Amino acid sequence: MDDFTWRVGGPQGGGIETAATLFARAVGKGGWWVATKREYHSNIMGRHSYLDVRLSRKPVASFRDRVDFLVALDGETLARHLGEVREGGVLLYDPKVLDLTVHKLPMLDHRVAEDLRERLGREDPSLREILQAYVEAGVQPLPYPFEEVADRIGAELGVPSLQARRTLNTIAVAASLHFLGFPLEPLLEALALQFRGKVLELNQSVAQAVYREEVPKLSFQLHLNGYEPGRVYLTGAQAAALGKLAGGLRFQTYYPISPATDESTYLEAHTAFTGADVAVVQTEDEIAAVTMAIGAALTGAKAATATSGPGFSLMAEGMGFAGMIEAPLVVTLYQRGGPSTGLPTRTEQGDLMFAIRGGHGEYPRIVLASGDLLDAFLDAQKALAWAWRYQTVVVHLLDKFLASTGQILPQETLKPLALDGERRLAPKEGKPTPYARYAPTEDGISPFAPLGTPGVFYWMTSDEHDPLGHITEDPVLREAQMEKRMQKLLTARKEIPLADQYTLFRDGEVLVLGFGSVKGTLLEALDHLEGVGYLHLRLLWPFPEIAHLLEGKRLVTVEHNYSGQLADLVQQETLKKVHHRVVKYNGRPITLEEAVEALKAVKRGQAPGRIVLRKGV
Amino acid sequence: MVELKLTDYKADKHPDWCPGCGDFGILSALQMALFELRLDPSQTVVFSGIGCSGKTPHYLNVYGVHTLHGRVLPIAQGAKLANPHLAVVAVGGDGDGLGIGTGHFVAAGRRNVDMLYILYDNEVYGLTKGQAGPTLGLGEKTKSLPKPNPQGRVNPLLLAFASGYTWIARGYAYDVKSLKELIKEGLSHKGLAFLHVLQPCPTYNDLHTKEWFAPRIYRLQDEGYDPHVPEGLPPEELDKKMAQFQEKAAEWGERIPTGIFWKAEVPTFEERLKAYLPRYPEVYPALGQQEPLDLEGLLKEFAL
Ligand SMILES: Cc1ncc(C[n+]2csc(CCOP(=O)(O)OP(=O)(O)O)c2C)c(N)n1
Ligand code: SF4
Ligand SMILES: [Mg+2]
Repeated sequence: MDDFTWRVGGPQGGGIETAATLFARAVGKGGWWVATKREYHSNIMGRHSYLDVRLSRKPVASFRDRVDFLVALDGETLARHLGEVREGGVLLYDPKVLDLTVHKLPMLDHRVAEDLRERLGREDPSLREILQAYVEAGVQPLPYPFEEVADRIGAELGVPSLQARRTLNTIAVAASLHFLGFPLEPLLEALALQFRGKVLELNQSVAQAVYREEVPKLSFQLHLNGYEPGRVYLTGAQAAALGKLAGGLRFQTYYPISPATDESTYLEAHTAFTGADVAVVQTEDEIAAVTMAIGAALTGAKAATATSGPGFSLMAEGMGFAGMIEAPLVVTLYQRGGPSTGLPTRTEQGDLMFAIRGGHGEYPRIVLASGDLLDAFLDAQKALAWAWRYQTVVVHLLDKFLASTGQILPQETLKPLALDGERRLAPKEGKPTPYARYAPTEDGISPFAPLGTPGVFYWMTSDEHDPLGHITEDPVLREAQMEKRMQKLLTARKEIPLADQYTLFRDGEVLVLGFGSVKGTLLEALDHLEGVGYLHLRLLWPFPEIAHLLEGKRLVTVEHNYSGQLADLVQQETLKKVHHRVVKYNGRPITLEEAVEALKAVKRGQAPGRIVLRKGV
Repeated sequence: MVELKLTDYKADKHPDWCPGCGDFGILSALQMALFELRLDPSQTVVFSGIGCSGKTPHYLNVYGVHTLHGRVLPIAQGAKLANPHLAVVAVGGDGDGLGIGTGHFVAAGRRNVDMLYILYDNEVYGLTKGQAGPTLGLGEKTKSLPKPNPQGRVNPLLLAFASGYTWIARGYAYDVKSLKELIKEGLSHKGLAFLHVLQPCPTYNDLHTKEWFAPRIYRLQDEGYDPHVPEGLPPEELDKKMAQFQEKAAEWGERIPTGIFWKAEVPTFEERLKAYLPRYPEVYPALGQQEPLDLEGLLKEFAL
């Protein structure tokens, strides 16, 4: 097997993230490349959650429709994921759930229950009947009494049942790997990455005990892929946080919100590392988060805030203030399903237009979007550098999918970039005198003097101002300042290397355009498509000059929102018609199969102008 | 630094306040306080919100940041935390601090960042033409209101106390000398100092005018009031202090107290931040990257 998806589902709060991390690390220790996708509810305990770990022989960043191996830690998983496992795939489940019926699954959405009823033609289908449906679809059932096994192993090891059951996740992973014929050693090593001391000992003993039992051999087996050192397994939020550190971040503010919080709490927990002294402040709201970061930036500290949709909405006024006083500011925006509270824990790219245009009035802002974890790490550095180079707001777009996706990367790719270009006023001696901070310059960039720069002082105001920073409503001065500020956008577009603006991964008569987290899926889709190219946009504002690349092509956009915001933007900025908008807005990331199928239809000339993708559990 | 004169702190900019506005008195007091404390203009920042009061920084020759309506406190705190060597004063109107900015007012009290916040209380929204401010009493009708105020007043001193401000005082815009002293004390206090200033607005507040205030204002220190709350005060003593504070903070009408109401010793946010940032405040954010990042060390937890 070269490509394999293991899925684990269960109730939230039961540690299934731990299980998935353990599985990913175990196969990672066995040499595989891995991408992990996490789907969860906005809930602390009890609601359904699942993770996919996709294994590949080369670095991987996308996910499949079809699961090869499903571990159902509870009855709800068994019910919900009917139809997800491929023919010939495997279902590992606890037989004790079989007597439950759909009615007895309190957290199951009515819509899902209704579907199951219809599908099975029963008023209240039992899980035994659902299991039968798996079997009819060619899935091999593997009954495995997780809790019984835990108790039995516990008894063998002389450990009380309560304690033994805390190792259920390890048992599920060990059982999966054992069935797959995967060696034990990498799992023991992975456990050593996860646990310490007595807990580690117990978990390792449990894994060994699971492996001691005879299990039937599956039709497919998972072998080692040749371990290579120098690889790391991390999530998007962690990659972005590390990127901020590598970019010299000194001050971060946040108000808790999914899925942005993980970045800030990571930073908060790592300030003891050399050179990672970031003051992280949890503020009273996002208005304070953005304005406090601005206050810090004014002193010369590289400052940022991280948020998601609802918080970003509250930041609009503060961002305009930063634009007006030319304060360097990075806002990391982890998009999630909107509008309003929307889908707090599901992915979307619905904030593109808001990121570019949101807020009153006009000011120069730079918007860039990351396509994968490595991008997130590098872009976080660029965002900081550009904020300081152009002394304005940079919005770094990520999304829930990237934030929670785990990936194995070669460590050497995570290198700090050598970026600079800050223009600062040199300190002066003698009696402090006023500094004409906002004196217009040709490229719009004037030397920044952080608060506290010796020998000078000046004013900043959210009102329109003169070169010293005093309020003015004079029409001539207004024009001069508006032009000074907006000039920075033109300068940025000229200076930012093309490679940071977009990448034409492949040309084709059908040209797909995308931004952000669709990158991994579309790149892999290209392997299955002919005559289809992919233009990945990295810089969304100022919008890159790409019209010449679109000449005579059949244009398709692929994005996670309802209206096709990227399509609108491309049309507006290039005057080229986008022929097909592939959109998805159910909060679940586009899968490889979905992308391939949609683009094949486009290629065949059989696709409508608007294609809605609807897969996902 | 070169010796500066009082006039060096005055900007070459004519204040555009109405004649007789209380803001002139506060500006003079501020200018004198900065001068008497010999503060270096390039190490001093006056932040302001939006309103008539918000114009203040433009008239002073120190770094001035005229921010957004209601957001002066988070911005000033961000700057002070990032560069703890700056002397920071935040100013704003009653609408700014206790209308649109109330959440920040409360949160700032919980933090106790070492700076001074001056609230210019004219009980009206001056710059938007005299609508009721959050400190205007229920049923009171100032000039611009078509009907008496249907909303009640918030007591800034009591709210500051409830929020945890460690230095709480009140001044009067036309008693410039006392006000100057209060500003100096507030700036010297270790922690967040809150200075509530009664600021007549001759244009829109025809109820609480100079003439109304003059006979009512008195100074707490003239009556032997002791605001100091030393660290480790026994609970009974603390209760007494709190009762005394509340009585005076609530006093309004025939007699209106000014002066320092409360002065406590509580660790600052800067000191608390040390638990998170072992090298703070010696290494503070405004200094930028001091040592190369230990990226390799950080990546260890992710290594396979
Ligand atoms: C978000 C926002 N809402 C409304 C305004 C309009 N506005 C300007 S000043 C002001 C009130 C000022 O009152 P106060 O803070 O008491 O200051 P004063 O003018 O009385 O000194 C308002 C509502 C604004 N600038 N921003
Ligand atoms: S409106 Fe009132 S507060 Fe504003 S400047 Fe005039 S007198 Fe002063
Ligand atoms: Mg007011």
